[in-house]
Amino acid sequence: MPALTSQPTRAGSRVLGTGSYRPEQIVTNDEVAALIDSSDEWIRERSGIIERRRCAPGESLTDMAVAAGAKAIADSGISADRISMVLVATVTHPFQTPAAAPEVAFRLGALNAAAIDLGAACAGFCYSLGMADSMIRAGSTEYVLVVGVEKFTDFVSPTDRGTAFIFGDGAGAAIVGPSDHAGISPTIWGADGEQKDLITMSQSWSEFRLEPHDNFPHVVMSGQQVFRWAVSDVPKIATRTLEAAGISANDLTAFIPHQANMRITDAVVRALKLPEHVIIGRDIETTGNTSAASVPLALDRLRQSDNLPSGGLALLIGFGAGLVYASQVIELP
Amino acid sequence: MSQTLEGLAAIVNEVAGTPIEDITADKAFVDDLDIDSLSMVEVVMACEDKFGVSIPDGEVKNLRTVGDAVAYIDAQS
Repeated sequence: MPALTSQPTRAGSRVLGTGSYRPEQIVTNDEVAALIDSSDEWIRERSGIIERRRCAPGESLTDMAVAAGAKAIADSGISADRISMVLVATVTHPFQTPAAAPEVAFRLGALNAAAIDLGAACAGFCYSLGMADSMIRAGSTEYVLVVGVEKFTDFVSPTDRGTAFIFGDGAGAAIVGPSDHAGISPTIWGADGEQKDLITMSQSWSEFRLEPHDNFPHVVMSGQQVFRWAVSDVPKIATRTLEAAGISANDLTAFIPHQANMRITDAVVRALKLPEHVIIGRDIETTGNTSAASVPLALDRLRQSDNLPSGGLALLIGFGAGLVYASQVIELP
Repeated sequence: MSQTLEGLAAIVNEVAGTPIEDITADKAFVDDLDIDSLSMVEVVMACEDKFGVSIPDGEVKNLRTVGDAVAYIDAQS
């Protein structure tokens, strides 16, 4: 029997560039509050959100992904034809098939890339980053475009008090490529399907098809239980990530958690006892919760607003529907 | 002031910044102490840690006043 050849492996991978896209239309709390018998003050107190973005009519999820991806490619200096994998993390692509990733790859000129979508909700970007790192080190890919993108406008009921004010639209992206050392730490990831109903859809499309009605399937969430899980488990997961990376909180430049709710971020930061010099991602204020897009949007904004130093370390953590979580430390581009 | 009430008052003070002297058994978390649903979750989690009790989600809505919570914790521990 002839021996099969395998790809040579690599020492590490790192993020080479980032990009983001925020739709132009700003939706204020007052506008959202009118439909859920709430107020600007109530929304700010419960979530820290002041405004979120919404796609223009006709603007699609893949339009946003392409816009963010193009910026990440430009930022990395890697030409699109060298990308060998496009991973699109999303749970709001409105087509059952085909996936968004092949179209995104094609429109960006990444014609040599394999392309798949990844559904891990608010942990989607960190899951994808972990997979990109693994694939690059295994030698199966070289340059990977990771996009987190959500158009929640299509899947949130504007009259649902538990979700209408939280979610927004947007896209964030990163180019990941080979490195002579670990620029991405081991990814700590996991799932707890027993709690699948905490963030779910109001009904399945199959049920909707049997008895169509006005209130289309939309995201529903048990907010207090999700809050409890996040506040209790996210600090533990983040601590495991730091241990796996072999660093302490003191070594961090930034902490960029999924932008679920400012109250969750505050509680997690308190529990982790992060040193004062660590810059905290608080992009939710003007972006809302954009699920898979929230970590790369917050990362890209901090790189621009706070001039995060190249080579500095950022702790990322995504957590959400599934329940699922993923976390890693990255060297900043 | 019972030890439980003292411990609970310290927790509420830390979570919501409410002055310790305002936290008495007759006060309602929501109406008197301005503890919203998310702060209540944090209070409950801190109580579980501090007193070694379990307060399931279904039980939280029955804990209207500080006295209700003290009685529940004392009965459990």
